[in-house]
Amino acid sequence: MTNLAQDLLSSFVVVEPQLNGGRNLHVAGMRKEALDRFELTGFPSTKEEEWKYTNLKPVLKHDYKILLKSEDAVAFSDIKQFLLSDLDTYKLVFINGKYSSWLSETTHSEFDICTFASALNKYPDTIAEYLGKAAPKGETFVDLNTAFADDGAFIRVKNNQTVDKPIEVLYLTTEENGPSFSQVRNLIIVEQNAEVQIVERHQNLGSTVNFTNFVSEVFAAQDSRVSYYKVQNDVTHASLVDNTHVMQERQSNVHVGTYSFGGKLIRNNLHFYSAGEHCESHMDGVTIIGDGQTVDHHTLVDHQEPHCYSRELYKGIYLGKSHGIFNGKVIVRQKAQKTNAFQQNDNILLSDKAHIDAKPQLEIFADDVRCSHGCTIGQLDKNALFYLRSRGIPKSEAQGLMTYAFASDALEYVKIPQLATRLNRVIAEKLGINLEFAL
Amino acid sequence: MIKINNLHARVEEKEILKGINLEIKPGEVHAIMGPNGSGKSTLSNVIAGREDYEVTGGTIDFEDEDLLDLDPEERAHKGIFLSFQYPIEIPGVTVSNFIKTAINETRKGRGEEPMDAREMLSKMREKSALLEMDKSYLSRSLNEGFSGGEKKRNEIFQMAMLEPKLAILDETDSGLDIDALRIVANGVNKLRSADNAVLVITHYQRLLDYIEPDFVHVLYNGKIVKSGDKNLAIELEAKGYDWIKEENA
Repeated sequence: MTNLAQDLLSSFVVVEPQLNGGRNLHVAGMRKEALDRFELTGFPSTKEEEWKYTNLKPVLKHDYKILLKSEDAVAFSDIKQFLLSDLDTYKLVFINGKYSSWLSETTHSEFDICTFASALNKYPDTIAEYLGKAAPKGETFVDLNTAFADDGAFIRVKNNQTVDKPIEVLYLTTEENGPSFSQVRNLIIVEQNAEVQIVERHQNLGSTVNFTNFVSEVFAAQDSRVSYYKVQNDVTHASLVDNTHVMQERQSNVHVGTYSFGGKLIRNNLHFYSAGEHCESHMDGVTIIGDGQTVDHHTLVDHQEPHCYSRELYKGIYLGKSHGIFNGKVIVRQKAQKTNAFQQNDNILLSDKAHIDAKPQLEIFADDVRCSHGCTIGQLDKNALFYLRSRGIPKSEAQGLMTYAFASDALEYVKIPQLATRLNRVIAEKLGINLEFAL
Repeated sequence: MIKINNLHARVEEKEILKGINLEIKPGEVHAIMGPNGSGKSTLSNVIAGREDYEVTGGTIDFEDEDLLDLDPEERAHKGIFLSFQYPIEIPGVTVSNFIKTAINETRKGRGEEPMDAREMLSKMREKSALLEMDKSYLSRSLNEGFSGGEKKRNEIFQMAMLEPKLAILDETDSGLDIDALRIVANGVNKLRSADNAVLVITHYQRLLDYIEPDFVHVLYNGKIVKSGDKNLAIELEAKGYDWIKEENA
């Protein structure tokens, strides 16, 4: 067992009484059970199939502080760049895992946009009904988070409501004194025929290493529509394990976009469960990383009911000595006839030292389904490059333009124009091309 | 304008051009015809600077300057334009962004200032109208989902925008219906002047009914084996290429 695992286990006795919602017996029971499961499994090693390509050792080796100092003073001007400042939004800002009311803008009118901590106390019935119902027990990072997490975003949109503006969730780390480990958790409940757009990011403002173990559970009820965008553009001493689990009911439509440009190690466990007929599940992403960075996308779509559609499009551009992993699993259960599942993963390696492990996994138990998957790994198309150059565009600009076009193709489903512009700008910047190409 | 002297070129180990001689003067239209595999597309790609082809002998001078040492983009900056037989689809890059980038990079290459945005827009409107292209073309991804005719029209639109000195039309007529052919040819004719030249590469005489050539050359087995005026094209259309093959067997 790693030192970190031991530290976590032994600190639980001290931490537990301080966790939010301590009086809620249901949650207290869940925490203890989750910790017991974690004690049995510990952190995964590369011997486990699901972690074969991602070595956690370099991230787990640090002497992390588990008890973080409470809310730090952060000026709005310091975080403005991480928000969609040209757009009116609801905001949930957390600093070192603690809610910052000063930087946030919440509401309790037709929808609750508040914190997980307050929901633990205010809505015990809702918590009992939903918490832990999408994220599976027995997954190390989920269990660990269930045991320790006591704050994060709580979003509940009631029947037939459309949230009038996007919600931004920002998790900040400001620790300066040694490595920090934080565990935060979202609970997102979108009721029948309701609609919401969420933009989320984790950002380390401090100068020391940090590691975030994050869980987000999304419940999309019948006819609901959810757009959920994850902007991963953190500093290169920040690591993140993101566990996002989406439970979909009949005719719901959920899109999760994951845009990974920064961080030392990012592991995205993104799972969709379509538990009603005619669900639409969209997941797409752009990854552009360089020297010393790893991004691992582990996706799962579990088609449990007939007539559902899933679409998965992940694009990756790898520079320097970077490492990408794509593991896309699609399960079509015996009952899930007429499933239409599409998966595509395209990668460009711009350096000899970059490396990608790609693995599509299809498990199909129904006989009347349409499932397609494709995976490409390559360099830029020579014919296209000559075409652009023959029009007077120099080689380096032509390459930039083509990689830019390749990546931005996966932004088609971004519904917030300001976010799409921002993402395009980041892509152009990461590829070192003049923005004039991008606009 | 362009002087090609004893040009030899190969792809991988195969020699394709075996001594081409050709001179084109400003204001002229030349047509190169020939059976499949005679080297027509190779010649156009070598002039435009495609790196897959290796020039093993001979010279190409463009306005008294050696062309063979230049990159494709530098040749474009000098005023050479190749209309592709198979234009490439580039998803994510709109026609208008592409042409804007091409024009301003060309200007930069020539040491000129970028084109004023308003001038660019009005020029795009004018030239797209010339080719009877709907306005929505400009905001579509370059060639993506375009029909064969739309792709070729888009090539001539780019030519109209870039105003090259030498335009090479590589099998521009292939895959065009009669209306599209008329529009494309009309576009080319409107762009002709005493200062520029056109090299039409085609398998059939059809396009030459619309773009009238001053000279017609027959390319066979990597060499120009016959030259004449537009009547040669008509003769080829009537008799086919077999007699050329027999004469040069």
